[in-house]
Amino acid sequence: MRLVVDGLASIRSGRPVFSNMGFFVNSGEALAITGPNGAGKSSLLRIVAGLLPASKGKVQLEGGDADTPLAEEAHYLGHRDALKPALSPLETLQFWQSLYGRPLRSPLEALEMVGLAHAANLPSAYLSAGQRRRLALARLIVTHRPLWLLDEPTSALDAASESMFSTLVEAHLVAGGMVMVATHAPLGFPCQSLVMGGRA
Amino acid sequence: MMSAFFALFRRDLALAARIGGGAGVGLVFFLMLVTIMPFAVGPDMALLARIGPAILWVAALLATLIGLDRLFQADDEDGSLDLLRMSPLPLPLVVLAKGLAHWISTGLPLALAAPVLGLLLALEPKALLAVTVTLLVGTPALTFIGAIGAALTAGMRRGGLILSVLVMPLMIPVLIFGISATSAALGGSIPFMTPFLILVALALFAFVSGTVAASLALQNAEG
Repeated sequence: MRLVVDGLASIRSGRPVFSNMGFFVNSGEALAITGPNGAGKSSLLRIVAGLLPASKGKVQLEGGDADTPLAEEAHYLGHRDALKPALSPLETLQFWQSLYGRPLRSPLEALEMVGLAHAANLPSAYLSAGQRRRLALARLIVTHRPLWLLDEPTSALDAASESMFSTLVEAHLVAGGMVMVATHAPLGFPCQSLVMGGRA
Repeated sequence: MMSAFFALFRRDLALAARIGGGAGVGLVFFLMLVTIMPFAVGPDMALLARIGPAILWVAALLATLIGLDRLFQADDEDGSLDLLRMSPLPLPLVVLAKGLAHWISTGLPLALAAPVLGLLLALEPKALLAVTVTLLVGTPALTFIGAIGAALTAGMRRGGLILSVLVMPLMIPVLIFGISATSAALGGSIPFMTPFLILVALALFAFVSGTVAASLALQNAEG
């Protein structure tokens, strides 16, 4: 499986964010996207996820099921954690798993892996910023989607959680997954690098 | 796909029922509006009984408007909407699941409370029944018409006002046929079924058009 981005351009509110962007990510590879604020890292991830329309160019997943749109092959982790304060971590993961289908592991097992097993039944409102982020990461591993699109995934994470995150990503890569990470911080796993910025 | 649909439906019901869900806001507003009416109108039982169905309908319409702005806004704010858009469940079905859950937690209680509140307005049993039945059919129509406005204003802070202005005109036919069916049930030149069937048709139309229009609005929320 291979993600191919070709001739991609984005214009937001009349302002060109980037243009003629092309790259590919092979199965088992990670791509780190770096660049100054406003360079278009988040826009790029959202376009790949299908959440934003591209002004030009195309994004496709080669070697995937032709009937499944790319958005359904990708996990997106944005700045916001998409958590409901009233639902417990366990309920949150159960919900996303039954909505997304293709279960990979049980919600309890995933909570164990991100170190939130003790809070499984607590309302998410009581979680700290770092714990909320870990719960958002747990969402990635309860259902199988080959492409991970992560927008500053390590914000609010402590050192131990960062290495836990690296372990999750490495396991996903070994299993043949693809990862795109927009980040400012150095990552704990080997990856290709894409630097965005300057005038488009 | 059905399990995904019900997962979302159940989540929204659970969220509405819990603290901060806001399921009770519309109902309490409805209770307040209806209970102050007899004080405002005065102790004229005949007058109250005559305008009672209209009061209940107007109160139900306004109470529906109150909770609508949160229908998609809450999911938009915390990023859940992005993930819902990436789910295998087609967006119109996402809207349908959320709309149905919203109606059950906000619209249905209004219809169920109507006969009790009708007593305050000196409605006769026949009128109580007619108002309840028309509200049972009419409130889902109001919810799904409102869903269009809710989808258009999902990304706006304080979008409630614009939402009301947008959808109020579209709700007026539902109000007209709801009340005319109720008055027809109490006697008059036209049979009950004539306006009632039009009300049913409006509800079915709202289900389809509201679902499709709201999903298109959510799809194109960012450009």
